[in-house]
Amino acid sequence: MDDDDLRLDGNSLGGLLGEVFAWETTTARGTCASCGAVGEVATLVVYAHAPGTVARCPACGSVLLRVVRASGRMWLDARGLSALELREPA
Amino acid sequence: MAGAAVLGRLAAPLRWRLVEVVEVVPETPSAATIVLDVADWPGHRAGQHADVRLTAEDGYQAQRSYSIASAPEDPRLALTVERLEDGEVSPFLVGELRAGDRIELRGPIGGYFVWEANGGPVRLVAGGSGVVPLMAMLRHREAAGSEAPATLLYSARSLGDVLYREELERLAAAGGGPRVAYTLTRERPPGWSGYDRRIDGDMLAEVFGPADPAATAFVCGPTSFVEAAADALVALGHEPAQVKTERFGPTGG
Repeated sequence: MDDDDLRLDGNSLGGLLGEVFAWETTTARGTCASCGAVGEVATLVVYAHAPGTVARCPACGSVLLRVVRASGRMWLDARGLSALELREPA
Repeated sequence: MAGAAVLGRLAAPLRWRLVEVVEVVPETPSAATIVLDVADWPGHRAGQHADVRLTAEDGYQAQRSYSIASAPEDPRLALTVERLEDGEVSPFLVGELRAGDRIELRGPIGGYFVWEANGGPVRLVAGGSGVVPLMAMLRHREAAGSEAPATLLYSARSLGDVLYREELERLAAAGGGPRVAYTLTRERPPGWSGYDRRIDGDMLAEVFGPADPAATAFVCGPTSFVEAAADALVALGHEPAQVKTERFGPTGG
């Protein structure tokens, strides 16, 4: 397997985040706290092969989200996001 | 009110449900479609996926994401799964799962890589089993009677690896059907008249014609395939925001 193929995108976060967020998360628009880029969560660069899942900004590479789901808990570090705009279900 | 009930379901977190396998349909030597009976399925949109979870007798669990192949209009939910030889979940789903078995499922998942039949022209680019969510879009287009122009460029290793081949031929031959072009990257049958190389800018330009600001492109496949095709589409003048991508990774196994 090519190392590049370990790189996923934010579409893959839908199931994980959908466990706790009632509103659709992958179409939510996040703002990168480092470079200010704004984009849908689906377009983030995601690495999910480690014990935790890491989502990076596609523009500058900064870590936006870190999620660990284990032992009946979800641990969510979103300090790389300055905002996340979710849309109410239609 | 029925509408409010639907809204309530959509706005709830995902939960696992135990669903029964109605049928396992072989598609190619390494892929099968799993047809499921999901009693309280809230409905899905073309392009969405679902997560499947298996639990071993010792309690060990493994879960994977699979694209939904069936149209939203289809009363039966279908996932097409490609077997990865070193996979943990797909060899079971493709080789051992039988009608009457039960698996855990959650979904539908995703809202970005989604096309509605009233959503304007579509340009679909598939790498291998990346065709699955794109097939849901073509099935949705047909079921909805949509006349939105649709073109699929499908890259597979060989003709035997092409999923849904007969159905794609039938759809393409029908009046108002999608245009379908293939490229076979490893092995071609004698007299093959389609493309015989990896997808590149020249091929995308030939198949899709000039960039159309009204069109949305959906690209799905392995990461390196998706990134090369999406970059080439943008280089051809497609708006980056109109090029939607979904990468299959090793967790597809």
